[in-house]
Amino acid sequence: MERHEYDVVVIGAGGAGLRAAIEARQQGKRTAIICKSLFGKAHTVMAEGGAAAAMGNVNSDDNWMVHFRDTMRGGKFLNNWRMAELHAKEAPDRVWELEAWGALFDRTKDGKISQRNFGGHEYPRLAHVGDRTGLEMIRTLQQRVVALQQEDFEVHGDYEAYIKVFAECTVTRLLKDGDAISGAFAYWRETGKFMVFDAPAVVLATGGIGKSFVVTSNSWEYTGDGHALALLAGAQLINMEFIQFHPTGMVWPPSVRGILVTESVRGDGGVLRNSEGRRFMFDYIPDVFKDKYATSEEEGDRWYTDQANNRRPPELLPRDEVARAINAEVKAGRGSPQGGVFLDVSSRLPAAEIIKRLPSMHHQFKELADVDITAEPMQVGPTCHYVMGGVEVDADTGAASVPGLFAAGEVSGGMHGSNRLGGNSLSDLLVFGRRAGAGAAAYVDSLGARRPQVTGVEEAHAEALAPLERQGGENPYEVHHELQRTMNELVGIIRKETEVAEALQVVEKLKERATNTTAPGGKVYNPGWHLALDLRNMLLVSECVAKAALLRQESRGGHTRDDYPAMEPEWRRKLLVCSAKPDGSEVQVVEKTQVSMRDDLITLFDRAELSKYLTEDELAEYDAAAKELS
Amino acid sequence: MSYKGKFRVWRGEGGEGRLEDFTVEVNEGEVVLDVIHRLQATQAPDLAVRWNCKAGKCGSCSMEINGKPRLGCMTRMSTFTEDETITVTPMRTFPVIKDLVTDVSYNYQKAREIPSFTPPKDVKPGEYRMQQIDVERSQEFRKCIECFMCNNVCHVIRDHEENKTHFAGPRFLMRIAELDMHPYDVADRKDSAQEDHGLGYCNITKCCTEVCPEHIKITDNALIPMKERVVDRKYDPLVWLGNKIFRR
Repeated sequence: MERHEYDVVVIGAGGAGLRAAIEARQQGKRTAIICKSLFGKAHTVMAEGGAAAAMGNVNSDDNWMVHFRDTMRGGKFLNNWRMAELHAKEAPDRVWELEAWGALFDRTKDGKISQRNFGGHEYPRLAHVGDRTGLEMIRTLQQRVVALQQEDFEVHGDYEAYIKVFAECTVTRLLKDGDAISGAFAYWRETGKFMVFDAPAVVLATGGIGKSFVVTSNSWEYTGDGHALALLAGAQLINMEFIQFHPTGMVWPPSVRGILVTESVRGDGGVLRNSEGRRFMFDYIPDVFKDKYATSEEEGDRWYTDQANNRRPPELLPRDEVARAINAEVKAGRGSPQGGVFLDVSSRLPAAEIIKRLPSMHHQFKELADVDITAEPMQVGPTCHYVMGGVEVDADTGAASVPGLFAAGEVSGGMHGSNRLGGNSLSDLLVFGRRAGAGAAAYVDSLGARRPQVTGVEEAHAEALAPLERQGGENPYEVHHELQRTMNELVGIIRKETEVAEALQVVEKLKERATNTTAPGGKVYNPGWHLALDLRNMLLVSECVAKAALLRQESRGGHTRDDYPAMEPEWRRKLLVCSAKPDGSEVQVVEKTQVSMRDDLITLFDRAELSKYLTEDELAEYDAAAKELS
Repeated sequence: MSYKGKFRVWRGEGGEGRLEDFTVEVNEGEVVLDVIHRLQATQAPDLAVRWNCKAGKCGSCSMEINGKPRLGCMTRMSTFTEDETITVTPMRTFPVIKDLVTDVSYNYQKAREIPSFTPPKDVKPGEYRMQQIDVERSQEFRKCIECFMCNNVCHVIRDHEENKTHFAGPRFLMRIAELDMHPYDVADRKDSAQEDHGLGYCNITKCCTEVCPEHIKITDNALIPMKERVVDRKYDPLVWLGNKIFRR
């Protein structure tokens, strides 16, 4: 069996994975990047709007404290505040660094990086390139990897001496030596051949879990691999009940249902209307945001040109609010013909301006739906977009509880609390990708000459081969479709106890069926086999989502309970932590108390605002802290 | 709304293969990739195809549909008649791994041979100042989703395997142009474009531009201007001819 020895193995080649790998290599570590797709195709390319960083290029009032506050508000104060702090402080440096590696962002008149408005961000904050910012980021990071390989070629005569990309490879198990990580077991998708990575540090950067849902903006890769690998290796997941349904996915034609329509449409002036032509978002401003959003269309419209004297339009509320509002309008019978609502930019901007600012949206609707967005409204509805939950990590290093295991980006949990703000993902990837790469490098240094030994290869090998060897079992595609339908219908945007409990029963049955799948054909590039293996991960993650959703008896961010519609301060302090046995059985969810915010951070907020979120006890703590600092 | 479509799909691996006929359900609004996925789910579970975003942004599902290089996710079934047999084959310029999946490693090798972005040493991150009009030229080329269909269709390598060693293909000649037009790139790329990466082989037939799903004007905006930059030092009869023909 093929065997490779590395210092750091990074699983995933999206923004977080590449940034982590670049960091590990820059710190002198021999680094492998393993990705399921070709190099440069990761899901990050789908990100459209931009990377949030308080550079203050467009509005000089912006700074890290404002960004920190917006992030905490967006996450309904459930965020890991240390992550939110690091993120707000470091995002500008990470964006500027990309520019030094060749990225070409759109510019302001004075030649700086331009920044655009986005939901939940007080000031224009998103560095962007039209509406293809993710592509720019992935290409820049990809080209940075190549630049490092060229440096290594100069010195060592081998491009891959210090950093190598294993494209179209899937990791099925993390390997351990006692408690610590010792490597990973993987197969080449192209040939079906297996290989073992011998490495003391593994960085998970595998993205999200959207493929457990029917209507999703996520690609086939988003099968929760990193979440599941971490669980099976003994690490914990937090916040799995929080799933972001992006308010605006395409709803027609059926084959593209769920594909993303960027929030930039609204950031640049687009408005949401129901079948009666009403801008219904004015009816859905929740109490906690009442003083920050315009109450009339006139004020909202003025805000685009005069932000100092007007409040922002409610179309730019955080995503959870907008998604629920659209859902409610459709349920009330005020939806568009194809089951969404109308998103109109055609009556708001000149055609040429739309094409300039939103070129890929214009292209996407024209090619896929025969809709010219410069002349008519789009029809949009919520789509499963992002999981806030993920591997519980140390904020500063990205380290999970298992020694040698690190996680960054969507697969990690905590940073976004119960709801992520648009634009905070691309900056999250950069900030915590770098930190996880550095964390892994420091961990390897701390080991000195001791290297953990690889074990468990035979078991991993047998598990991966099983679907090919079984005869006459289930069709993996059918098991997958049933899982997607179940999660979408029963653990979707609005949840209730009976439905989630039902979903758990279905998942239990599907887990059994998944152990009996058959993949006809050989080992060479066999998608049926690949799916059969991915099913284990999707089912495990779905179980975590459903179990946590059942336990959390309140509504907050990306978790809305029909039977518990209010947000409860008592629940704000509780994180739900998932763990499992190495064979994936006995998923446990336990409560854990959220650590109180540092005094200098909590006092960045007004007491009046905090009183909407905190318990009386916590407010007393706040008063004491405020007194101390004054 | 739905009908039984006729598909002829190339199946095979290890240098052998054949076209296989399928009859498969097609529904309103679908694209070719949807139908390929239905084949996987119902008739051919091991049918190999690359795909990711399904929205024309990642450039994974490049294939040849009725002989034309296309993205499977952006080719709507409504562009064909219901009784038409649709033939789907892998990209021809690259070796087949299995079915519709080809070995595109040539492209990654070429990417590595182009010297990277080279900024001046004294500009620190955060100090870059560029005007929108100056970044737009390179931004057009950075729209590239690396579907590699331009390289697939370019006859310099499509019909001449032997040129692969010394010809970077439109994708990476465009990358050189992109860097050359980057306001902060200080590397001299003109001689190597011609000598190391085969810019001179391009005879501006614009096949690459025609197949580009991002509608990048590869020939007009990248390759011809790059040839003009080279011609400051070297005489290239094609630039002269191109100027005559296309009256630029």
